[in-house]
Amino acid sequence: MSRPVLDVQDLKKIYGTGEATVHALRGVSMTVHRGDYVAIMGSSGSGKSTLMNILGALDIPTTGSYKLDGVEVGTLSDAQLALARNRLIGFIFQAFNLIPRTSAVANVELPLAYAGVKPTERRRRALAALDIVGLADRADHEPNQLSGGQQQRVAVARALVTEPALLLADEPTGNLDSKSTDDVLKVFDDLSAAGRTIVIITHENEVGARAKRLVRLVDGAIVTDVRQSPIDLPPVGAAAAHARVQAVAAGHVAAGHAVAVRAGGTTYGSPAGSEWNGGRHSS
Amino acid sequence: MNFFEVVRFSLRGLSANKLRSALTMLGILIGVAAVILLVAVGNGSAKAISDRIEALGTNTITVMSTGRGGSSSTALTKKMADALIDPELAPDIKSVSPVVSASSATMTYEGSDHSVSTFVGTTPAWFAASSTPVEKGASFTEDDVNQGRRVVVIGQTVAEELFPGVDPIDKQVTVSGALFTVVGVLKEKSSTGFQDSNDTAVAPLTAVQQVLAGYGSLTSIIVEAKDPDKVDAVQSEVSTILDQQLNVSSTSSSGNSNSTPYRIQNASSLLETQTETADTFTTLLGAVAAISLLVGGIGITNIMLVTVTERTREIGIRKALGAPRRTIMTQFLIEATLLSVLGGALGVAAALIGSHFTIVGVKPVIVPSSIGLAVGVSIAIGLFFGGLPAARAARLRPIDALRYE
Repeated sequence: MSRPVLDVQDLKKIYGTGEATVHALRGVSMTVHRGDYVAIMGSSGSGKSTLMNILGALDIPTTGSYKLDGVEVGTLSDAQLALARNRLIGFIFQAFNLIPRTSAVANVELPLAYAGVKPTERRRRALAALDIVGLADRADHEPNQLSGGQQQRVAVARALVTEPALLLADEPTGNLDSKSTDDVLKVFDDLSAAGRTIVIITHENEVGARAKRLVRLVDGAIVTDVRQSPIDLPPVGAAAAHARVQAVAAGHVAAGHAVAVRAGGTTYGSPAGSEWNGGRHSS
Repeated sequence: MNFFEVVRFSLRGLSANKLRSALTMLGILIGVAAVILLVAVGNGSAKAISDRIEALGTNTITVMSTGRGGSSSTALTKKMADALIDPELAPDIKSVSPVVSASSATMTYEGSDHSVSTFVGTTPAWFAASSTPVEKGASFTEDDVNQGRRVVVIGQTVAEELFPGVDPIDKQVTVSGALFTVVGVLKEKSSTGFQDSNDTAVAPLTAVQQVLAGYGSLTSIIVEAKDPDKVDAVQSEVSTILDQQLNVSSTSSSGNSNSTPYRIQNASSLLETQTETADTFTTLLGAVAAISLLVGGIGITNIMLVTVTERTREIGIRKALGAPRRTIMTQFLIEATLLSVLGGALGVAAALIGSHFTIVGVKPVIVPSSIGLAVGVSIAIGLFFGGLPAARAARLRPIDALRYE
């Protein structure tokens, strides 16, 4: 396999000093390759959020190495970190974290604006991303006019609009009802089927069950790391959910096909997706 | 991301919370306008005082009797006034105007009457010496004075009271039973203090003495110098002559001015004193303005800190999306600049509009430097306290900014 998207070695994070010291992470090592869909599970206090913030370059580890797409994150300057967050990572928060009083499409445009994309091109790509999460008709709504599930789908669109190498989701369904949870997870399934690399944190078993790989974290250390479905095939959860459509064509996975159709007519087509398709055909 | 885009971001940031932006600008507006207006009011009253003194004439001195009870030995007489006209002893004197004034003379015209607050009897030279030119008609002549003709020049207030809509020239008015012919109307004069200086009437000295004041002493003698620089010389010439006339020994007059039976008022020295007073007044108001600038500045500081602190989370989101620190800094600095500059400009506009109105009886006169000071300080405070917390938040790790409550 090619260069891993994400490679952490012996990651430690210690909060506080003296007696109040908390070891949030006690040496986590893991590698995630392109196209994988990893769910990190653990109870609260297991250090999974800390891990996620470090993976998202929002926080820095006390010790340990973190390579993102082959680049050692710890050595990056502030400006380079901003660039990495912008180009390599799409982060989805539990609390959505949309900019208030700003329309959905403007929120999705934001990372592109920081990337220096021209306004017309930006608008087109933002609308395409909103289309992928099924919210093209809500583009002009402000966050407070959207339901929780819709807000999270806007946040997903915002995370994937720059075509990042890695999508990170920190309990994306933690604040959602089951219907909205299903909507958001379907988007993740589609994205995974389209070849996106996704790391998701959750404490809900049904969320973890849909991933291709399940990592369990207890007290800041990995206890189990189970592959649930092959990295170069659509996730089992998605396969089950789309079982009916899956039978349609042998050469196309239903979910992947659906994404391709939705994104049709735009240049939004995922390069990772085509790479994955190629890989699948050759295997 | 170019500068223009950052400006657009800032505008969107401001319009996203219109009420907060408006309140911030209001705070700056009030701070700026209060400082400019306060200084303008101080300056205006100082200017009003000096205007009034200048209106008295800077090249005149006024001789008044200090004697009370009108004892003949200390009273000023027409003879003394005449003695002052002496080209040898007093070469710098341009004119001498003896003055008798009667207060509250009632003037009647066709059944309507008006109580004139100061009824002045004098000579024609008085009009020039006291800077009260005649606007309409003519003043009386030296001949009128010699003949004791009953003619009168009235002030604006009197003209309005007695002759509403009528030309007062050549009309006959009655003053204490005697008929006077109105020959002229004085030009309007700015009022001094509580007294309406337009509520006056001027008649020949002899006529007033006959009708109202009697042939006793003069109220004062107004002496006009040939040149404003000669006022001091005139003052010494006048005292020399008067000392002779009143038999005051020169030692006692120079040693102790209180012992002289007369008092000399010098308008230019009065002006100097008053200018100093006015300067003190301006300094006082400047201090008040500085305090209001401080208070206004604290207000601006407060709202800027709150505004940016409240948006720390937003800064965290923007950083997580890959906004470089400089872009965030620039956005918040532009927002702070726009708020400060717009608020400051509106404050200046408010102050300029406000200065057209009379405030507590004073017509404010804007001091240009106060505009610069107020706007400069407000913008500096706005930028500093808008920029500083933004810089702090932009330096935070995104996760700390996001967790900020």
